[in-house]
Amino acid sequence: MSDWPMKDKVAIVGIGETEFTKWGQIKRSEFQLGLEAILKAIEDAGLSVKDIDGFASYSMDRNEPVAIATALGVPQIRFSNMFWGGGGGAGCGAVHNAAMAVYSGTANYVVVFRALCQGQFGRLGGPVAGGPRPQGEWAHSVPYGLMTAGQRFAMQTRRHMHLYGTTSRQLGAVAVACRKHAQRNPRAVMYGRPITIEDHQNSRMIADPFRLLDCCLESDGAAAIVLTSAERAKSLKHRPVYIMAASQGNGPRQGSGNMSKPNYDTANFEEVAKDLYERAGVTPKDIDVAQIYENFTGMVIMSIENHGFCKRGEGGPFVEGGRIEWPDGELPINTSGGNLSEAYIHGFELVTEAVRQMRGTSTCQVKDAEICLVASGPGVAPVSDMIVRR
Amino acid sequence: MPYLPAGLPLPQPTDADAPFWEAARRHELVVQRCTECGTFRHSPQPCCYNCQSFNYEWVKIKGNGVIFSYTNVVHPVHPALKDRVPFNVVLVELPEAGNVRIVGNLVDTPFEDLYVGMPVEVTFDDMDEGTTLPQWKRAS
Repeated sequence: MSDWPMKDKVAIVGIGETEFTKWGQIKRSEFQLGLEAILKAIEDAGLSVKDIDGFASYSMDRNEPVAIATALGVPQIRFSNMFWGGGGGAGCGAVHNAAMAVYSGTANYVVVFRALCQGQFGRLGGPVAGGPRPQGEWAHSVPYGLMTAGQRFAMQTRRHMHLYGTTSRQLGAVAVACRKHAQRNPRAVMYGRPITIEDHQNSRMIADPFRLLDCCLESDGAAAIVLTSAERAKSLKHRPVYIMAASQGNGPRQGSGNMSKPNYDTANFEEVAKDLYERAGVTPKDIDVAQIYENFTGMVIMSIENHGFCKRGEGGPFVEGGRIEWPDGELPINTSGGNLSEAYIHGFELVTEAVRQMRGTSTCQVKDAEICLVASGPGVAPVSDMIVRR
Repeated sequence: MPYLPAGLPLPQPTDADAPFWEAARRHELVVQRCTECGTFRHSPQPCCYNCQSFNYEWVKIKGNGVIFSYTNVVHPVHPALKDRVPFNVVLVELPEAGNVRIVGNLVDTPFEDLYVGMPVEVTFDDMDEGTTLPQWKRAS
């Protein structure tokens, strides 16, 4: 039983997305895309911009609430919030923060959004962190050519392979599952481009053990949701999708990247997942469908372990044999195609997909799905989680 | 010849790690250790994570380590590396210093021969007049 006071007290009542494309293909500004996704979410909820009084985002989204509110004509902002941390670790964390604002009565209708045009602002996997003269942590990795998240997570995945016998084909099973799901989703960037495990094995090496098809897409697009109280949600357009629980943070010294974090072969979710299940009052067995952020395939395997779907070290075998595939797998994941095959909107497209699953409108709809897990940003710190229900 | 080419970003020393880079210049490997509780730490920090003391010393170690994990970078993300792929990156555990881990390159060993648990020892790459990087080679 949960004694978390916020359980089921806040609901997602609207979702909105722009089109998703490969990076560099959308000519409208990233700011405009953010506005479009937000307006769609407001319309989907059956609300007006006049109702909106809060905004939250993450990963240093460039589009500040005050600018958005000015452009849209929002009459009053009561809450605006940026979640610290890089990558997609705070996708659910931003929703969590917004939900706290709603639950506390600080704001009534809060938009959570992420707008990301890698074509306009640079590819995340390309430029070198720390600049030409890196300091601090970067000074102890960048000069050695260790410059990207993918390379750091490659080393963590290699360690996982060493300890538990995880194989490249098991990494490939994650990529194949997500691509399979994208074949039913016309919005997906990789719609119409199926892959096999052999395609994965033959794709070029990026940073061993990661091949090209182990890596997420680089995309342009935006996605947004609207939150309000469970009470207000009852009178809106859609059946509410309730936030059963949310959690955020990380364990000891997980900010120390590839150096001395004591727990190394992990996606950093162990502590966060424990909080999550306790707050929701459910166990991994109760999860019908999961949206698990894929920056790189190996981190999905560690995320599955961290969330208790199998024991530590058993994530490789777990993802094989169609177990994570719709419609027959015991844990279908990333049913829209995810970061690997739908689009990389820093995982916020996984949040909107979770809502579709709970509404019964996914293109890979899990039959009778009632509870969906969303896990944001494996391997970074902080990470965040939520469980939603219909 | 250094393992990686000129043109890569080089470290900008800060208060917390300048002695580390100064020692590397002398071809010595030093690790930060709390003088209150004796806990080693890396990368360098102003404060001990175990007891929160700001007092620390730099301990010179022999530089014997063990490969904890590794990657082989095939796709270059920096212009200076365009013609220098593939190259390895290793994470070396230092039993001499509380098993802290340090990033480097294994400069003398083909990727195919690399394995977790491989014993290595420190070596040094002089990058320019001001900067030396601690590096790793197969233990003799």
